[in-house]
Amino acid sequence: MNRKIRILLAKPGLDGHDRGVKVLARCFRDAGFEVIYTGCHQTPEEIALTAIQEDVDVVGLSCLSGAHNALFPAVVKDLKQNGAEDIVVFGGGIIPEKDMPSLHKAGIQAIFTPGTPMQATVDWLNEHITPRD
Amino acid sequence: MKELSKRIIEGDVRSASHLIRNIEDQMPGTDDVMRELFTVKKDTHVIGFTGSPGAGKSTLTDGLITAYRKLDKTIGVLAVDPSSPFSGGAILGDRIRMVQHATDRKVFMRSLSARGSAGGLSKAAGEAVQIMEAMGKDRILVETCGVGQQEVDIIDHAHTVVVVLVPGMGDEVQTIKAGIMEIADIFVINKANRDGAQKLYREISAMLASSPSNKEAPERRWKVPIVMVENLNDHDKFQQSVETLREKLDEHYEYLIKNHLLANKAQHKIEAELKEALWSRIFQPVVDKLYADGEMEQMIDRLVKKETDPYTLADKIAKEYLDK
Repeated sequence: MNRKIRILLAKPGLDGHDRGVKVLARCFRDAGFEVIYTGCHQTPEEIALTAIQEDVDVVGLSCLSGAHNALFPAVVKDLKQNGAEDIVVFGGGIIPEKDMPSLHKAGIQAIFTPGTPMQATVDWLNEHITPRD
Repeated sequence: MKELSKRIIEGDVRSASHLIRNIEDQMPGTDDVMRELFTVKKDTHVIGFTGSPGAGKSTLTDGLITAYRKLDKTIGVLAVDPSSPFSGGAILGDRIRMVQHATDRKVFMRSLSARGSAGGLSKAAGEAVQIMEAMGKDRILVETCGVGQQEVDIIDHAHTVVVVLVPGMGDEVQTIKAGIMEIADIFVINKANRDGAQKLYREISAMLASSPSNKEAPERRWKVPIVMVENLNDHDKFQQSVETLREKLDEHYEYLIKNHLLANKAQHKIEAELKEALWSRIFQPVVDKLYADGEMEQMIDRLVKKETDPYTLADKIAKEYLDK
């Protein structure tokens, strides 16, 4: 048996700023995770269906456009609609403090903002994500 | 029949993807389902794409999905990317080129990490193909990791192998070397708008003209085509060349059927699958046990100190396990 954390990193919506998410992808690779990266300009539905096809444990969303309040919960909704509410969703980007409570309520389990050390994200994943049985 | 097998045969993506991962991770309990899926009658054309990193395999795969979807064919895609020899992690990025098909329910794409496998595929690839076949996919497109000269595992799993080349990779001696240049049923010269494409075309043609398969009777001979694909920026033109490739793929499949060669290929595939099954039943458990007992560590330690050599140790272990 050799379970690895499988993670989908995606950028929803009209946002082409992908340097941060690529750096994270690399960091997760070095942490021993299998990272599926699908690039920019994804719709929530594309992200949810990809997560299912790839059988990931967790989806990481990156958003620097300000549309996180609409896009992040939409991904959670689409996962649920397709019977995959067990897949954990977390996010990161330029996200104001005041938006966090409603995002958490919508099912975004963690939010990482600029300045977070990369290791903190890896630690959170290792602590909170158990690859499914 | 097991519930899971039924769901997979009905085409349920989540069940299939779960099973593929369980096989990748060598979880117990996958054998029973695979046993049932093995006996499902399959009628799928399995197509392999191989070539160097950045040759354009994913983009071609994306174009082919479009071409096949126009004909209402259902598609499975397996895309292999390399794994880190240090962390064991991976970045699987082939889907970036295929995003337009992400919400098409008739297309099931799955990325696989090579997990240290050296032949351009992953150990789970053969079983993943079987699972997609059992789902009833009309076509399965298997994309290897970017490869060099020797990674030819794809021939064990595909009916048709497409070798994707780009201009400017070396002189004509490269075309007569053994390995990957021998396994193509179809060559694609990708990025053919670049300098050197015509030269590469001539070199491959010359290589093919002198290949031993030319000794077969003309009516039984498969004449390996070379498809030029150019100008990715002109989408219509690109899709046109992909359409040509699609026709050649269909021709090759018909050729295999007409000449009763599918059975040959199937035999090859089954041999590879059996070898993999033997490997996971015989070799893997021994190695796992050596690690678990700490014996591996002790042996490495002794080797580092030059107290013994790997051959003596391997002989000893082989004796212990094989003479039973």
